Amino acid sequence: MKRTLRIGWSLLTATAMFAANPSSIKLLNVSYDPTRELYQDINAAFAKQWKTKTGVDVQVSQSHGGSGKQARAVIDGLQADIVTLALSYDIDSIAEKARALPANWQSRLPNNSTPYTSTIVFLVRKGNPKHIKDWDDIVKPGVSVITPNPKSSGGARWAYLAAWGYALKKNNNDEAKAQDFVTRLYKNVPVLDSGARGSTTTFAQRGIGDVLLSWENEAYLALNELGKDKVEVVVPAISILAEPPVAVVDKYANKHGNGEVAKAYLEFLYTEEGQEIGAKNFYRPRLEKVAAKYAGRFPKLQLFTIDELFGGWQKTQKKHFDDGGVFDKIYTPGK
Amino acid sequence: MSTAALPLSAPTVRVVKRDPLPVQLGLTALALLAMGLFIVLPLVAVFVQAFAKGLEGYRSAVQSPETRSAIYLSLLTVGVAVPLNTVFGMAAAWAVTKFQFRGKNILVTLIDIPFGVSPVISGLIYVLVFGAQGWFGEWFSDHDIQIIFAVPGIILATTFVTFPFVARELISLMESQGTDEEEAALVLGASGWQMFWKITLPNIKWGLLYGVVLCTARALGEFGAVSVVSGHIRGETNTLPLHVEILYNEYNYSGAFAVASLLSVIAVISLALKKFLEHKTGLESQ
Amino acid sequence: MGACSTRSTRLGNRLHTFKRPSILPGFWPAFGYTAIYLSLIVLVPLSAIFFKTATSSWEHIWTVVTSPQVVASYRLSFGASLAAGGVSVAVGFLVAWVLVRYEFPGKALVDALVDLPFALPTAVAGIALTSLYTENGWIGQYLAPLGIKVAFTPLGVIVALTFIGLPFVIRSVQPVLADADQELEEAASSLGATRWQIFTLVIFPLIRPALLTGFALAFARALGEYGSVIFIAGNLPMKTEITPLLIVTKLEQYDYAGATAIAAALLITSFILLLGINVLQRRTRKFLEPA
Repeated sequence: MKRTLRIGWSLLTATAMFAANPSSIKLLNVSYDPTRELYQDINAAFAKQWKTKTGVDVQVSQSHGGSGKQARAVIDGLQADIVTLALSYDIDSIAEKARALPANWQSRLPNNSTPYTSTIVFLVRKGNPKHIKDWDDIVKPGVSVITPNPKSSGGARWAYLAAWGYALKKNNNDEAKAQDFVTRLYKNVPVLDSGARGSTTTFAQRGIGDVLLSWENEAYLALNELGKDKVEVVVPAISILAEPPVAVVDKYANKHGNGEVAKAYLEFLYTEEGQEIGAKNFYRPRLEKVAAKYAGRFPKLQLFTIDELFGGWQKTQKKHFDDGGVFDKIYTPGK
Repeated sequence: MSTAALPLSAPTVRVVKRDPLPVQLGLTALALLAMGLFIVLPLVAVFVQAFAKGLEGYRSAVQSPETRSAIYLSLLTVGVAVPLNTVFGMAAAWAVTKFQFRGKNILVTLIDIPFGVSPVISGLIYVLVFGAQGWFGEWFSDHDIQIIFAVPGIILATTFVTFPFVARELISLMESQGTDEEEAALVLGASGWQMFWKITLPNIKWGLLYGVVLCTARALGEFGAVSVVSGHIRGETNTLPLHVEILYNEYNYSGAFAVASLLSVIAVISLALKKFLEHKTGLESQ
Repeated sequence: MGACSTRSTRLGNRLHTFKRPSILPGFWPAFGYTAIYLSLIVLVPLSAIFFKTATSSWEHIWTVVTSPQVVASYRLSFGASLAAGGVSVAVGFLVAWVLVRYEFPGKALVDALVDLPFALPTAVAGIALTSLYTENGWIGQYLAPLGIKVAFTPLGVIVALTFIGLPFVIRSVQPVLADADQELEEAASSLGATRWQIFTLVIFPLIRPALLTGFALAFARALGEYGSVIFIAGNLPMKTEITPLLIVTKLEQYDYAGATAIAAALLITSFILLLGINVLQRRTRKFLEPA
């Protein structure tokens, strides 16, 4: 009884996880919310390239969700060959808590393992009825702002830091003024979804809010999906350089015998073809040549990095987003 | 004993028209309005939005490979979880209703527990037990057995959530039937199995089916618990309700509602089945 | 089958104090299977919550379960569940009354639809309700000019929880109302009682336990509800964040101990509620049995 059960379970598992066919490879890419479309394109292009190079079929499965939730799943045993998440803190956590990849993972690929970058922009209603041009406009009373919960969404953390950074720069690095600015911003937020996609849906489909703080790529995607007659993108003069990193999860990739193909998959992201696919999906390319070609797609704005303004993710996470941090204080009454 | 209370058998209806007509009409109108607002309108909303892009859009959403794999996974989950809980329900009901023993009330309350547990917690507990950082995570990982973020975890979570349904239904039914018939059969020389097949099973068959229908409906629709243990791998570990969420998150609203309408149709069918079974159970017990 | 008869007499005696003798077979297999299956699927996994919680210090647990944000979520979860239970009792009683006492076309259909919230996946319910109650939704657009906001407010949580809880009240009250001895009402009537008096003095006391049971069930279910609520709630810390969502948020921050501590608090509440329901139901039965 027990034996048959065990065999039954392993069979179920086997059919679900690996199609045991030697001439084809199955990769699992665990990613964050807004990258569904990007990786659909990347997967197809990579599979084609890998097939001509080695004659082997690669099928890449995708899993999407809030960045923190996805990292948590990998820590708890979701056997991802590759993680492509919203921020390096989440991959650090996988390295630290599950020891599934080395702590120095970020130095294994160029550009701190971030093949593409993005930033935070505003999505507003057609005609911009509330005249939202820059950060100062969204903290005005009566403006309703949609952004996800920074505790669970990577994009929301970038948005929060973008606002904080703007206020720092404007007020000569006065932390108290920055906190006041961000507090005013979140006073204008009526709904906190758990992920970036949830917020876009709330803004677009439910018609809630005057402005959505969004990943640049997500904003343009929404523009295409929803139509230029409904929404428009407003780019602030200054914002944060968001660097969503990628990594091979050594523990699982090696276990599946996918180490090599997983590495090739990530390297493909840095190739001209990979960068072009990224640019077409509104991710800012690293490669100069591709960046020049798609320059028209990406408005110029002043970008600051998390390292120069906040001293890296570990420090930032602890100060702002951990329990009892600044974000919690914003919502504590009396503040 | 506990029981009685999940959406159970509608009673046999006895009509006494005593209230004056205006009161009757007024109250009926109010009740229908409330039902319409709270229950019918959400259902209508699902179908209206499902067909927002016409029949063609509906068909393409329902027939996509990912929807099909979600349907397959949902059916597989139901196919394992429901029989497991059915066998358990019969065993539990037999022990609880045909015998007197100490601690019976505690046992019955324990059986009820999954009903009162938040779906989120139902998923979380299996992560704590089988997750890579959990109790048996390492052992299972060493033996290449994947429980959570794979099909077994989804089945386990579903089994947990639908755990009490057959048992509760059978306990309330068998309690009212007592033990006389079985005892008579044994005295007349029937074996244990003969008694079970010839007396007990025919007596409970409609109630049993009724419990199975409830259990199936709930198993198909579970979202929260399954969401925690699924891993959300497209085309692999997404059940129908999870697939609805994914479509919804891909700006494919009419697709999401189309798949949701599939689930609603299943819900409505199971309600019709349930109504029929209620009628049958009602007749049996009279 | 019949395994107990083969045991030694001493063991047999001890077992007999546990179980009253019966000629029916199959107690031990059935009981044993029930106990093992219950332990494997429910009890052992559930105990993980408490073991995991116990890995952190009492102080930490206490800080977590009493932090302002968590307490605010209890307030919302309990408050909204109470309110939804209350609305469910009022509406559910009305619907049960109409279904039992009156005749109207389509009654069977309405009766069947009562269970819809139970069979409809919670996520579908959540999305559907949200689309109805936002400011541009079918219902929301008529409420907005009146200054009533439902979606993304505590009111929205109550609406979702009422949707979930309604069937429990209706299905608890219906059988009791149908079985209620109408001779009592006739007697009261012939003694000159008004219909209002009959209702408050005869009918209501009779169905009160069933109403309470329905309320407790709806409340217990509402307390843990997740899928339908997160879509409509708004999820603002301190304002519209329900307790189960906080558990998920804690998990996503890798705070397992914090998540399980809140989960344990919620579990204990549910267990007490379920025990209460069972006691209530025993009372209901006693009430009905003489009749």
